[in-house]
Amino acid sequence: MDSVVQLQRQLVDYTVQLFNEGLLDDQFNQLQQLQDESNPDFVVEVVTLFFEDSERLLDELAKALEQQSVDYTKIDAHVHQLKGSSSSIGAQRVQKVCIDFRNFCEERNIEGQVYLQLTCQKCLHQVKREYSLVKTKLETLFKLEQKVLAAGGSIPWPM
Amino acid sequence: MANSFSSSSSSSSLSMKFDFDEKPHVLAVDDNLIDRKVIERLFINSTCKVTTAENAKRALEYLGLADGQHPNHNDLKVNLIITDYSMPGMTGYELLKRIKESPTLKEIPVVVVSSENIPTRINQCMQGGAQEFLLKPLQLSDATKLRCHIEKLNNPLQGGVAREDERA
Repeated sequence: MDSVVQLQRQLVDYTVQLFNEGLLDDQFNQLQQLQDESNPDFVVEVVTLFFEDSERLLDELAKALEQQSVDYTKIDAHVHQLKGSSSSIGAQRVQKVCIDFRNFCEERNIEGQVYLQLTCQKCLHQVKREYSLVKTKLETLFKLEQKVLAAGGSIPWPM
Repeated sequence: MANSFSSSSSSSSLSMKFDFDEKPHVLAVDDNLIDRKVIERLFINSTCKVTTAENAKRALEYLGLADGQHPNHNDLKVNLIITDYSMPGMTGYELLKRIKESPTLKEIPVVVVSSENIPTRINQCMQGGAQEFLLKPLQLSDATKLRCHIEKLNNPLQGGVAREDERA
């Protein structure tokens, strides 16, 4: 069984890695700052909301892209939402691929419809990939936090 | 009809006067659920009461400015309205205009927030009477700065900003 110090070390190292890889940005720190004794689960709550909302949006996007006649305004609206929420929690790479996705949608009048549909599907695939990655990493992060707390330690924030 | 706005505390003041013991009341309008949660926490942590609305229409209803409503401002006390710019239906800019056109509510400072840094958009909102235009994502420093501003506006004798436009 790891000691509290070892667990804290693991948590810090893991978190720093996520920042270094660009998966998380300073906005995640901002969320941590908003968490206190009166609201000890704020970050987990917001991130959980983000997971639920993102999965809903990704489903909507997949459905929208399967339509005979694709509604690109709707697609843009969904991606805009996902861009916004990923930005608000500091999921930097998800935000970035959403921006790329929107840029592709804006060029829709230039190329043919089939090409556009395929491009958007590719963009969606990238967004799904980045989202799954950050979700897995954040879930691991929260598990590490729980281990530290269970061992009687405190979360050393900021890192 | 589902309740689409929520308050962080149950009662609202019967008085329009801003008391020292009372927390400023912020109305936050944003169609994004995560953003609503974050903005709410930002302002609660800056010792404000927060009511959130998921779109401009709900915000207008809350303020008593919706079509067909008779504004009853005796028990409504809002010290700051913070609204997202891009919302479906009515934009934050259109909401701003509606508030500024109201004889009774035009004095409430309205801050517009947006994830996009577009100068024409910023100018449009400032011309429309916005207190400020801020970029998302909002940070704690933005909320504390706005809270100080609300205090000054409500307590002008306490070293607040002089109202240049009211001098004869």
